[in-house]
Amino acid sequence: MKRVYMDHASATPVRKPVVEAMLPYFDQHFGNPSAVYDMGSKIKQVMEEQRAKVARLIGAKAEQIIFTSSGAEANNLAIKGVSLAGQKKGNHIIVSAIEHHSVLNSARFFERMNFEVTFLPVDEYGLVDPERLLGAIRPETILVSVMHANNEIGTIEPIPELAVICKEKGVIFHTDAVATVGNIPVDVNELNVDLLSLSGVSLGAPKGVGALYFRDKLRLMPLIHGGIQESGRRGGTENVPAIVGLGKASELAAGELTDKMNYMQNLRNLLVAGIQERIDQIKYTGHPEKRLPGHASFCIGAIEGEALLFMLNQQGIYVNTGSACASKALKTSPVLVAIGIPADLAQGSIVFTIHNSNTVEEIEYVLEKLPFAVGKLRSLSPIWREKAAA
Amino acid sequence: MYSEKVMDHFSNPRNVGAIEDADGIGEVGNPVCGDMMTFYIKVKDDKLTDVKYKTFGCVSAIAVSSKVSEMTKGKTLEEAKAISKKAVAEALDGLPKEKMHCSNLGAQALSEAINDYEERKNGKPKSASKAKKGQKPKEDITCGQCNAQNPVTAKFCMDCGEKLK
Repeated sequence: MKRVYMDHASATPVRKPVVEAMLPYFDQHFGNPSAVYDMGSKIKQVMEEQRAKVARLIGAKAEQIIFTSSGAEANNLAIKGVSLAGQKKGNHIIVSAIEHHSVLNSARFFERMNFEVTFLPVDEYGLVDPERLLGAIRPETILVSVMHANNEIGTIEPIPELAVICKEKGVIFHTDAVATVGNIPVDVNELNVDLLSLSGVSLGAPKGVGALYFRDKLRLMPLIHGGIQESGRRGGTENVPAIVGLGKASELAAGELTDKMNYMQNLRNLLVAGIQERIDQIKYTGHPEKRLPGHASFCIGAIEGEALLFMLNQQGIYVNTGSACASKALKTSPVLVAIGIPADLAQGSIVFTIHNSNTVEEIEYVLEKLPFAVGKLRSLSPIWREKAAA
Repeated sequence: MYSEKVMDHFSNPRNVGAIEDADGIGEVGNPVCGDMMTFYIKVKDDKLTDVKYKTFGCVSAIAVSSKVSEMTKGKTLEEAKAISKKAVAEALDGLPKEKMHCSNLGAQALSEAINDYEERKNGKPKSASKAKKGQKPKEDITCGQCNAQNPVTAKFCMDCGEKLK
């Protein structure tokens, strides 16, 4: 059967050159990078080259990069590491209401440990208001975390505007750039951030590797205590093959971003226009312009997202949903709640994340199958009503 | 995640639809929670001559509705009422643990339809049984900007994005 994969925010295929770069580090160059003989020190050197490649992709210096096991670990290290190191200065942290679970739940963890957390509301597009951030900062605020772009609604936040406020107030600013690195330009100096999390997901790197950028002299408590890997900021023998994969993917990504963005944006616009033409009673969620180039998200009235996801699955189409029924916790996506989508409409959430490996034919295939699937579910639905002709 | 039987009933749901002159109607759940089922029954000589339904919800909610209609059509009211949530889940070769409570509403919706039928038969006015589920239909709010109708739980207008009061 035809397979059309449009869930690239969840995973991307590892690129061929990346796989090839990684392979020798499983069996040939398998030494421990902390070992002092040449079988170790050479690996150590290779790892530092990867650090430089990742740093170059985001305009940072090699020594400002910590390799982690994932974007989620990078977020945990940023939130927990900074909060633990700064608890003498203050006990208040601010995160946006639409952060990834790894940020939200790290913040909630500190709420149970005598910290105060402000969950900053967003507008109907998911944007954080800089004025509102300014109003939420207190003398005891030590950290603000706002994501670069949201993975569910694609909205890109005004990071430089938010970061400058934090700089003026002397508050550390972290951004989760997992959704943006590899999709839009990301430069830590332009963004003016103190910490930035990334993962290999949108880069075509393997799973199980991520990185945290941190500004010089920033105090960060390690979460994994062990040897002095990663300058003592993260213990544990490094996942060398995955790090080599991340380095290679970063190197490839740097040169091709503009073309990739234009291509993804064209496909996305085709998909969005086609869906809006063919299906009524839907809402395009997220910001219409300030959004990721390959990101299209909708809430479709009178149907439930998990059922739609499976129906599309049967046609070989792979997408995502923020519907409560598809989450193990059976809770509506906090992002859709935060942007004010009514709970019943939020059930009909569907998210397409397009990649430069997708094609126009694939978009056409989705546009052919999606209205049929929606129509079938609506014919079953007790709450579906045809809109009366105006 | 789902058994083959669940996927079969989801892909080809049996007995879908509404019955215009139903002898009993049962409705459980609501779209805010994620699952809602409305069952319609026709009764003759204490037997369910027809069972139809409409379902809003996930894969398991649709499969459960379909299975319940299949299991109860042609049965006596007593037999139909005796069918438990557990029996429905077992007939589908099981449901994921987290779905057992929220989407396994079919047997309950059917029982409500039978109750509705019995209440009507015992001469209770239709309005009385309707009023019992009075919390169900929600008023819409009209957007001050573009006059679009929005669900009562909406914070922003679905059409123009204007903040709703």
